[in-house]
Amino acid sequence: MTTEHLDGNALAGPLAEIFSVDVTAATGRCASCGLSGPVASLRVYGPAPGFVARCPGCDEVVLRLVRGPDAAWLDLRGAVSLRVALPE
Amino acid sequence: MGIVSRGFRGRRREQDDRLPPGQYLVDDFPVLSAGPTPRVPLDRWEFAIDTEAEVTHRWSWPELMALAQTTPTVDLHCVTKWSKLDTSWQGVSLDTLFEDVETAAEYALVYSYGGYTTNLPLEDLLDGKAWIVHRYDGEELEPRHGGPARLLVPHLYLWKSAKWVRGIRLLDEDWPGFWETAGYHNYGDPWREQRYQGD
Ligand SMILES: [Zn+2]
Repeated sequence: MTTEHLDGNALAGPLAEIFSVDVTAATGRCASCGLSGPVASLRVYGPAPGFVARCPGCDEVVLRLVRGPDAAWLDLRGAVSLRVALPE
Repeated sequence: MGIVSRGFRGRRREQDDRLPPGQYLVDDFPVLSAGPTPRVPLDRWEFAIDTEAEVTHRWSWPELMALAQTTPTVDLHCVTKWSKLDTSWQGVSLDTLFEDVETAAEYALVYSYGGYTTNLPLEDLLDGKAWIVHRYDGEELEPRHGGPARLLVPHLYLWKSAKWVRGIRLLDEDWPGFWETAGYHNYGDPWREQRYQGD
């Protein structure tokens, strides 16, 4: 029997590559209003209880990051995508 | 001098008994925000309770003011580790607001002007444990502290005491709120140090 999907471990390499870059330089697209722009242009509230990054166009939440003592939670549901420039 | 220092130590011991694990005392009132401060004009303000049967109970500002007012004095515990003792508020008990609400729901999702949400079991809002407050320390509640009105549910970490409260949705299933979907504990009991998921 063949499976159509891969184990999540298959993401380890690709995600390590993405998260080793400076994400603030990536271009994000707001899931609420569609505005695109660098993550660095988001309006960030925090650091406590967590970082909340909001769209400069519509104020909706694009990204949230909570840092606990032994784990971090990253929520990107407010972003349609992140475009990360990588070397060819 | 002996009397003074014994009195001071007694006060310290009393304060320590009221301080949950991992917390420290503050005298000021820190402001933490996850977004811009909403400004809600009182003539457009309303508070609603939406039941699982899709019945909505609404109160305008004058209607809230006309309800029985209470003045709870409570200790606050923020998940970022500060605690503030003996804070004095004025507002309406949720028992009063729930008097005519028929529900069999077990869960509540509190929602705010500005989009914030937080969840808790409905029983944690009843029996004298929670209020909608609109005055703090004898003054109108400032917008940065959640005015015109905020939820006050002091037996849980302060993120459950939603600022700029707009309503409560009653649900048959638990629906995690803003911080509860981003790593914070679903219940948030300061005495059991329930800060993060898994605590
Ligand atoms: Zn937007």
